[in-house]
Amino acid sequence: MRNLASLLFAGGLAFLLLAIASQLAFGTPSMRVGAEILAVAPDEVGAANLVTAVLLGYRGIDTLGELAILFAAATAAGVVLGRRHANARRDPPGGEVLRTGADLLFPLLLVVGLYVIAHGHLTPGGGFQGGVILAAAFFVIILAQPTRHLRHSLISWIEGLAGAAFILIGLWALVEDGDFLAPLLGQGAMGELLSAGTLPLLSLAIGLKVGAELAGIMAHIAEAEAPDA
Amino acid sequence: MMSFTFETVVLIGALGLAVIGALGMVISNHLFRMLLALAIAESGANLLIVLTGFRAGGVAPILGAGDPAASMVDPIPQVLVLTAIVIGVGVQALAVALLIKVYQAYGTLDVRELRDRMDADVAAAAGVEADASQDAPAGGRPLSPAPSRGTAGFGRRSPAPADGLRP
Amino acid sequence: MITWVALVVVVLMLASAVAVLLLRSFVAAVAASSVVGLGLTVLFVLMRAPDVAMTEAAVGAGLSGVILALALRRLGLWHIEAAAEDRDRA
Repeated sequence: MRNLASLLFAGGLAFLLLAIASQLAFGTPSMRVGAEILAVAPDEVGAANLVTAVLLGYRGIDTLGELAILFAAATAAGVVLGRRHANARRDPPGGEVLRTGADLLFPLLLVVGLYVIAHGHLTPGGGFQGGVILAAAFFVIILAQPTRHLRHSLISWIEGLAGAAFILIGLWALVEDGDFLAPLLGQGAMGELLSAGTLPLLSLAIGLKVGAELAGIMAHIAEAEAPDA
Repeated sequence: MMSFTFETVVLIGALGLAVIGALGMVISNHLFRMLLALAIAESGANLLIVLTGFRAGGVAPILGAGDPAASMVDPIPQVLVLTAIVIGVGVQALAVALLIKVYQAYGTLDVRELRDRMDADVAAAAGVEADASQDAPAGGRPLSPAPSRGTAGFGRRSPAPADGLRP
Repeated sequence: MITWVALVVVVLMLASAVAVLLLRSFVAAVAASSVVGLGLTVLFVLMRAPDVAMTEAAVGAGLSGVILALALRRLGLWHIEAAAEDRDRA
């Protein structure tokens, strides 16, 4: 009975979604702001990757709010999981091959993550993608050796400093230019590594913050007490 | 009517993911499977948003050597989805943390068992019997039920009147 | 051509989404949900959204699967035997 009702619900939902979606006109832009940004962004921001230009230039406050949500989620996960007992059971460490492989992979992942962060305004990539890769680098180590500790105080410091740097750059722009998070420092030549004003700095701050938060969340989950079974 | 184009195929995929995810959240009895279904529904929504910015024949919104900006796809939906994906993984991690706490407290993640155990906990805290029905409050009824007049009850079984209406 | 590629990916994605709901083993369900993320990555690339595709590849197909698999271990649901049962049934 309950399954029948659920199936009816799903069928109705699918019908409604299809009815709405059949009204959409694909291929024609549903709003004009995209075309406008495409026209003015190369001159105003100077970043080759227009997605990053929108993310950090035109929607910077939105990105700040998104960082705040991620920060709240990471903090809440840490509070909910709490501190483990000193004598709680730990997972056994991985084998020799796994540990050596993790040690070899760690610097490579760090380099890839930093590269993706640093070139976010030129090629696909940026703070979020690079931050996730950085977090994965630390997590490979934790998975291979569960007995090794990640220092939560250090992670919190990196997280806090990166977040403060993002806001400080925004306030600096507010003082200089009159707009919060307005691009500063000149645009430079498009396509150079040091171009697009403050965008690479903001990208670096986001990358460090996202990486530290996700690594902290995963370390908390990894350190949660395992059931006896 | 819909034709067999790239947009139609992706649209079917996005709506299918959203519907499968919503259905899974409704019919599954296990909290962990509900979390997986939530992730699937979220993927469908992300796909639909990116699809609204797609234009056939457009190029990626990255300025190269002399690509005209007019032929690019809309970057705004891409930015929205970019942040949505990262928020999604944060929410997922928080949900996992809550699931771990629930499992440590009750020892199960099955919704039906959880409901029974939580009912038992609430009843124990209130000092009433665990399996008491909601219709029978603890301590008995203060008044006996009023005598009903004939068959006026809405589907409720009432004692038959004693004046011999029944053959 | 691109339509056929998208059709194959969409069918694969929907099939693994159904598998997430039907598979009895949670390990297999988490793996199937990673397949959904992977298909999504391919579709994002086809839709000229390389930034979103990178994020989805790192998060949806990698990080999220790792978090869920780790949670399975902490929740006592990490049973490879159930996966074998699924295989026998199929």
